Amino acid sequence: MKVGVLAVQGAVSEHLNHLGRCGVNAIAVKEKAALDQVSGLIIPGGESTTIGKLLETFGLAESIRERCCDGSLAVFGTCAGMVLMADEVSDGLPGQPHLGLMKIKVKRNAFGRQRESFETELQFDLFEPALTAVFIRAPKIEEAAAEVEVLARLDEGIVAARQGLMLTTSFHPELTADLRVHQYFIEICKAV
Amino acid sequence: MKEQGTYRVKKGMAQMQKGGVIMDVTTVEQARIAEKAGAVAVMALERVPADIRAAGGVARMADPEIILRIMDTVTIPVMAKVRIGHFAEAQILEELGVDYIDESEVLTPADEQYHINKHLFKVPFVCGARDLGEALRRISEGAAMIRTKGEPGTGNVVEAVRHMRKVMDQIRQVLGKADDELVVMAKEMGVSIEMLKEVREAGRLPVVNFAAGGIASPADASLMMQLGSDGIFVGSGIFKSEKPELVAEAIVQATLHYDDPKILAKTSKGLGEAMPGLEMSSLTAADRMQERGI
Repeated sequence: MKVGVLAVQGAVSEHLNHLGRCGVNAIAVKEKAALDQVSGLIIPGGESTTIGKLLETFGLAESIRERCCDGSLAVFGTCAGMVLMADEVSDGLPGQPHLGLMKIKVKRNAFGRQRESFETELQFDLFEPALTAVFIRAPKIEEAAAEVEVLARLDEGIVAARQGLMLTTSFHPELTADLRVHQYFIEICKAV
Repeated sequence: MKEQGTYRVKKGMAQMQKGGVIMDVTTVEQARIAEKAGAVAVMALERVPADIRAAGGVARMADPEIILRIMDTVTIPVMAKVRIGHFAEAQILEELGVDYIDESEVLTPADEQYHINKHLFKVPFVCGARDLGEALRRISEGAAMIRTKGEPGTGNVVEAVRHMRKVMDQIRQVLGKADDELVVMAKEMGVSIEMLKEVREAGRLPVVNFAAGGIASPADASLMMQLGSDGIFVGSGIFKSEKPELVAEAIVQATLHYDDPKILAKTSKGLGEAMPGLEMSSLTAADRMQERGI
């Protein structure tokens, strides 16, 4: 089984390293040929407007949507990845491209600007003990449909959630040495 | 308990910019063009480096009015420049809520001996460097991101190439050194042995390293990425060109597909007149911004 990291822009090598440390065959996904080989895809943190635009320009967005529709691809989006996976972005730019893979409404930069960015010990429903979560100009989920399972909350917002094969976090598990969130995603990929 | 502005949070912000293009802008309209073209951040300025060069005199931090207007306009991060060593300007930018501060040789240095103690700030800093020693000294002062200095405002990539090659070459040298040899190298570079060990272990700079100073075309961006840059700063190259929208978009695409000549050939087409460039030998010693703050 191969797991890919979308290599358009952002923290690509960090995710590849984490997947490698979990013992998974990890590849960077820049074009459709690479996407076709993977069971799971991580959409890393970066700038959602940049990644979204380039996904559309180079035709990857449609391929990702198709694979998700027929249930042959698990997706894990961190930070900007969450914004791209949402079917609604409350403060997006007009015409901001996104993939619409989860029934969630996301607010960008929900915790403030870079100056307000932080790390914290986060209670996660799946894991004991809590994990150190790094939030960088992070988004949060304001509303989620019934079929979305909430995994962690912070300040009245949802910061981790799952819907079937789709997983998302507001924070960056690739920036700490803790592998538990990646391991959890790999289990989802195995079920594809 | 939330802990704001930790080094991991500051460094992480730069990691999220990798593979992206950061564009100099001086007006709200330019900021919009940059965001639409797919820039990962904008650098809010009163004048682009080419105009700073032409104007002469003392170049200072931009008017907060301009910076705030640009912050209100775009949703991507906004950076701004302070003079080397001018921690009061940096305090003002942090108060404004700027997302990243560039302690920059493009402005007139305020302190010829000391850089800003960047550990004291919650906002991350990027600093310029011409070699590994400079880069590691800035990191030890708290810089969370490094860029080549290049020679700003010239549209001539030659100095950025020199600086990136130098850093990469020195990193390769570090990789082959034994502990006792690192002691001498640390002394020569004016950095700590611990920092060199960190470089040896990671096989790279401990923070993100962008290219800056003279990048003016998609091919320039590709060249710098192939030499090992994590991303690209474009200063005067976009808004001093004939068709800024096209050039901005082309440089973003070239930075992503830097190793694909087929796409580069396509993105390089029909971009109009590039910014007029400067030959290095036409600059006097006083014109060379890269010698500031070493």
